[in-house]
Amino acid sequence: MMKNLGFWIVILIFGFWILNFNCYAQSISSTELINNAKVYDGKVVAYEGEVIGDIMVRGEYAWINVNDGQNAIGIWMDKNLAKDISYAGSYKSKGDWLEITGIFQRACLQHGGDLDIHAQAIRKVRPGRQIIERLNISKRNLVFVLLGVLCLVWILKQLKLR
Amino acid sequence: MILKPRLEDIKIIGYYLGKIILGLGLTMLIPIIIGLAFGEINPVLDFLISIEITLIFGLILIKLCFTEKELNWMQGMIVVSLSWLAAMLLGAIPLYLSGHWKSYLDACFDAMSGFATTGLALVQDLDHLSYTHNLWRHLIMFIGGQGIVIVALSFFVRGASGAFRMYVGEARDEKILPNVIHTARFIWLVSIVYLILGTLSLGIVAILNGMKPISAFFHGACVFMAAFDTGGFAPQSQNILYYHSLPFEIITIIIMILGAINFKLHYHIWMGNRREIFKNIETKTLFITILITFCITAFGLAQIGSYPKAILLFRKGFYQLVSGHTGTGYMTIYARQFINEWNHLALVGVICAMALGGAACSTTGAIKMLRIGIIFKALKEDIKRIILPERAVVVQKFHHIKEIFVEDKQVRSALLITLAYLVLYGLGAIIGMLFGYPFINSLFESTSAAANVGLSCGITEVNMPAALKFTYIFQMWAGRLEFMSVFTLIGFFIAAIKGRR
Repeated sequence: MMKNLGFWIVILIFGFWILNFNCYAQSISSTELINNAKVYDGKVVAYEGEVIGDIMVRGEYAWINVNDGQNAIGIWMDKNLAKDISYAGSYKSKGDWLEITGIFQRACLQHGGDLDIHAQAIRKVRPGRQIIERLNISKRNLVFVLLGVLCLVWILKQLKLR
Repeated sequence: MILKPRLEDIKIIGYYLGKIILGLGLTMLIPIIIGLAFGEINPVLDFLISIEITLIFGLILIKLCFTEKELNWMQGMIVVSLSWLAAMLLGAIPLYLSGHWKSYLDACFDAMSGFATTGLALVQDLDHLSYTHNLWRHLIMFIGGQGIVIVALSFFVRGASGAFRMYVGEARDEKILPNVIHTARFIWLVSIVYLILGTLSLGIVAILNGMKPISAFFHGACVFMAAFDTGGFAPQSQNILYYHSLPFEIITIIIMILGAINFKLHYHIWMGNRREIFKNIETKTLFITILITFCITAFGLAQIGSYPKAILLFRKGFYQLVSGHTGTGYMTIYARQFINEWNHLALVGVICAMALGGAACSTTGAIKMLRIGIIFKALKEDIKRIILPERAVVVQKFHHIKEIFVEDKQVRSALLITLAYLVLYGLGAIIGMLFGYPFINSLFESTSAAANVGLSCGITEVNMPAALKFTYIFQMWAGRLEFMSVFTLIGFFIAAIKGRR
């Protein structure tokens, strides 16, 4: 019994030590990171969001921007990590939803004071996809109706001027 | 005794307003072409609907109000102020139809912010906005920066005197060339040449930064339009922070400063008179005020150790400051970082920079360097009068293309406009505080709106009170037109209600 209790105490202490080891296992929102940047500065955080825009390869590294629906944050990563990204969000595509684990920097020394995350690992939570655009019929119809009105006004204007 | 406006007045105003609306409608062809090129079907439909509505309105006004008479001063001013409101209402239609704006008011807010080259934005999910709509956001900055009326002057308006009255109404009282229509065309020439050069340089840097060529040049064109016209919109939600690039920041700083320079000075530089840069009162004042306000900001940032190294402090502090001073509003930090990580002294430095603005007859808003320079010269003259013997003849001169003696009339005009701006900044701040925002936040956002800057400390967001949205729309409009046209319009409405026949 005592041996078992000792084992659990060791596990508990180890757990607390892990938690205090500058690490936030649960995903933190961008708003939380921006509003409490000093608290999270230099700590390992987990951040989730959609890859948006361009994947910008810079030598052996790459920049991606990840938007969690509130703000987008720049992620600096090894370019090999970026290879797993299939879709970046734009008008025509929904970007991959990633979970990034990395060191949060309030004013990154390496990147001119930017607020960013230096990724250590990424995990694809949901793959992105192409967005198939369907013609909006009511908008199309409105275009034709207004075209008719425009032609009518144009004819009336020409008549008046003559 | 106030006289009620005659039907003839309304007809003339309506006729010229119709012409300007037609001009605005035709500019919507550009996003349609882009939309077709990128294969964006529904955004093209949004613009077809908008162009049709705009042309219908324009044609109806021209038909109902047809006249061959020229504008007088009052009518010219009213046409200008109404044109900007019409541009906001019509320019907001495609934005609203995109579904990225929560309400038509929000779309109007962004449209006015765009036309007035402010840069405050309420757009939702910007990162998924189509190329077509994104181009329109930046194009309206380009149109607004040159002046909506300039567009019409360049292509539609024939009569030179009527044209000059509208040109002045749009806060441009300096003619670069003897003919105002040639002046308008010169402004376009300068802007188009810089557009090509700016787009190329930003596009190439973006490609070197790892962006795809099409995306790079699209971003280059958009960022150029917003930077040169001291607007502040960017194609992505992170603004300039999206690019994570020092060269990109340096090029945007150069473009912002070019946009903040008087078009008259551009003309003289183009004509080979490069020494004018060093002699001109506006460039000298701009240099001094940037230096002073940056010192205040840098001291504030150093006080609380916002940035661990001096170089980072310089990069972040100087960028936001130049962006604020030139009235652009580009940001390389998040809006909330202003409040969370900058102290009041640093914010005061930026607020002062925003309040001062760039050169007269440029694309910037705010008090402007020429007025600051004249006020300073007048102050110097008065101090000299006190110090020197009573018999001494004291005169002050300033150099603005040529040597000009400081006259009381100029000083009075400069002081009046400065006072009007200060009242506008203060009024917006008080309204912000009425809605429960802290003083410094309210003053920051109010100054940013009224001076057509676009830096935000976080107040401007979709859930802010509708009354505050209206306040900022009014501030952006009045600030961009430098009051006279707005006052004339208010006077016109009062005359219509209270005036006698």
